[in-house]
Amino acid sequence: MKRYTIFVITENFIGILNRITIIFTRRGINIDALTASESRIEGIHRITIEVTASEDTVIQLVNQIEKIIDVIKAFYHEDEGVVYQEIALYKIPVSKLDGGLEKIIRQHNAKIIAAEPEFVVLELSGHKEQTQELLEILKGYGLLEFARSGRVAVAKRMHTIDSYVK
Amino acid sequence: MKDLMIRGADIVVKTLIEENAEIIFGYPGGAIMPVYDALYDYHDRIKHVLTRHEQGAIHAAQGYARVSGKVGVCLATSGPGATNLITGLADALIDSTPLVCITGQVAAHLLGTDAFQETDILGMSMPSTKWNIQVRRAEDIAPAIAKAFFIARSGRPGPVLIDITKNAQTDFGEFNYVPCLGFRSYQTKIEINKTDVERAAAVIDAAERPYVLFGQGVVLGKAEAEFKAFLDKTGIPAASTLLGSGALPQDHPNFVGKLGMHGNYAPNMLTNQCDVLIAVGMRFDDRVTGDVKRYAKQAKIIHLELDPAEISKTVKCHHSILGDCKDSLALLTEAVSQKSHKEWMERFRELEREENAAVVQHDITPTKVGLTMGEVIHQVNQYKADDAVLVTDVGQHQMIAWRYFNYKKSRTQVTSGGLGTMGFALPAALGAQMFDFSRQVVCVVGDGGIQMTIQELGTIMQTKAPVKIILLNNNYLGMVRQWQQMFFDKRYSFTELDNPDFVKISEAYGIKSQKVTDRADLNEAIEDMLIHDGPYFLEVVVEKEDNVFPMIATGCSVEEVRLS
Repeated sequence: MKRYTIFVITENFIGILNRITIIFTRRGINIDALTASESRIEGIHRITIEVTASEDTVIQLVNQIEKIIDVIKAFYHEDEGVVYQEIALYKIPVSKLDGGLEKIIRQHNAKIIAAEPEFVVLELSGHKEQTQELLEILKGYGLLEFARSGRVAVAKRMHTIDSYVK
Repeated sequence: MKDLMIRGADIVVKTLIEENAEIIFGYPGGAIMPVYDALYDYHDRIKHVLTRHEQGAIHAAQGYARVSGKVGVCLATSGPGATNLITGLADALIDSTPLVCITGQVAAHLLGTDAFQETDILGMSMPSTKWNIQVRRAEDIAPAIAKAFFIARSGRPGPVLIDITKNAQTDFGEFNYVPCLGFRSYQTKIEINKTDVERAAAVIDAAERPYVLFGQGVVLGKAEAEFKAFLDKTGIPAASTLLGSGALPQDHPNFVGKLGMHGNYAPNMLTNQCDVLIAVGMRFDDRVTGDVKRYAKQAKIIHLELDPAEISKTVKCHHSILGDCKDSLALLTEAVSQKSHKEWMERFRELEREENAAVVQHDITPTKVGLTMGEVIHQVNQYKADDAVLVTDVGQHQMIAWRYFNYKKSRTQVTSGGLGTMGFALPAALGAQMFDFSRQVVCVVGDGGIQMTIQELGTIMQTKAPVKIILLNNNYLGMVRQWQQMFFDKRYSFTELDNPDFVKISEAYGIKSQKVTDRADLNEAIEDMLIHDGPYFLEVVVEKEDNVFPMIATGCSVEEVRLS
């Protein structure tokens, strides 16, 4: 079992996400995280799926995803093969803001992106381990809310989706 | 401009005609009524068969598609009409049968509001279709249907569903039919990799005990001639899967039998003794492989397959040739050397003689008083036409009929293989017969399965389709009972049936019927049935507790195939 990032390049077609997730559901495989967005090319979407599984399983998942009629291409990478980032938001009560917290924000390179009379919202982008570390610390500061995005990623190899989109 | 505009419902029918659909199997209802109204005007150009249940319609479309090689077309209304198609969709997907199913849907403005007979058929059919789409505007109908036909019949065939809202059927739109020839996200033609062919050829040439397994891919790829040429040149023994039967005539010298749980003895045993295993258009179903951890471990496996997702899915292959087997077989035949494998072939014949003595003799020339399913099929072989189609349901009779039916032509095998759908046979036989009334269609069915779709006798009555129905009646859900006997200590939990008088039922539908209980009457009854002009119902009362052998029990290896 290992962590893999699956990229899916698809047409923008209603229900495509459903068709993709069904493939995971059938095999009882949990999707760790999923993000979808329009790609650099108009009308083409890219879906990034993070999954923990054996490579054999991932190969079969990718083959079955690629079999979906409106999927243009699907491929997978190990963590080493991608540059990836996640974004996390932390909501902290103003009453807990003190010198200690300021130091923590600085050390972790987090940003205050909103300040309201009763709370502030911190933002940190990075790998899960980094956002998780800050989460554990902030639990001691009366953390009100926490949200983390799925992985957005690009492959390290010099290869673009244009070759699949003719 | 308005003159060029026609009703969406007319677009549906005109597009079906453009796609060369000759026949629709269906059932009307509120949300599909505009299309039925349009059909009224085109009844001279496209036939419609009114089944008695939507499940009957889709299985009939499957039977039609399997025998004709064309796309089966099915029409149903929204809600329950649509959900009744689901079993057929799942069946067609797992058995790669090309279907276009059109369902009506509530008007677009009512979608998502729990309107009368509204159901999310798009969501529900997603895991059981190759592709599906909802159309909400009249002008989108023709492109959607054109694309649906293309997807259903190309690549690895499969079922497609188009859900058309009622407003799209009643609104006017431009009829802009253009055939679909392909699109960027869907590759249908795979160029055969020559290096793969050369590598596989070298492995085959070096083999001492090569062995070919063939499946329905040979039929779907229309590669019967190429397959035969490959066998003729290489002299390799070949065994068929359930759905591959008929792709090679059984009297071909290389044919060694049938694979799997209730297949023949030699083909299963020798899977674990060959040195090279060549799989052509088959997918290593668990009913073929038994325990995969003990399946052909000694062999180099070569897989000729169209669907990349099938490569190494359940059985790891060493060499794969991706693409249409019509192309890959031709190239492979060119690349391999002429050979014969007399000694190796003799091994198959030896084990075949063992099976004959231990099983076949008992089945086809029984000494017991009760009739066996095997002798019934054996007698059918004596009188049937070479191109007779065998349609079976699911269970003991299916395995026995498959084992003993003498397949001589391609597209003569119609059964629910992957899904194992009881109730499939009667409507599928109707559909197969609707393709060609002059063809013999023999429907073999059990007393359990026939009662799941027995209402389709009404469709047979109305269409006068000359289907020959053989009911093998043992008053049991026989296959489940066999398992209860073998693996559940004979605890016959809910498998015995109190049955109605089937002959009376069939006669009530105006179908000529006969019941046979004595061996002495069997031959004549079968002959009478096959020469009868019109549908015929023959009930044969068979031995109550007979078992199907050989058998590979669940979890066992192919070499643990049992003869008793």
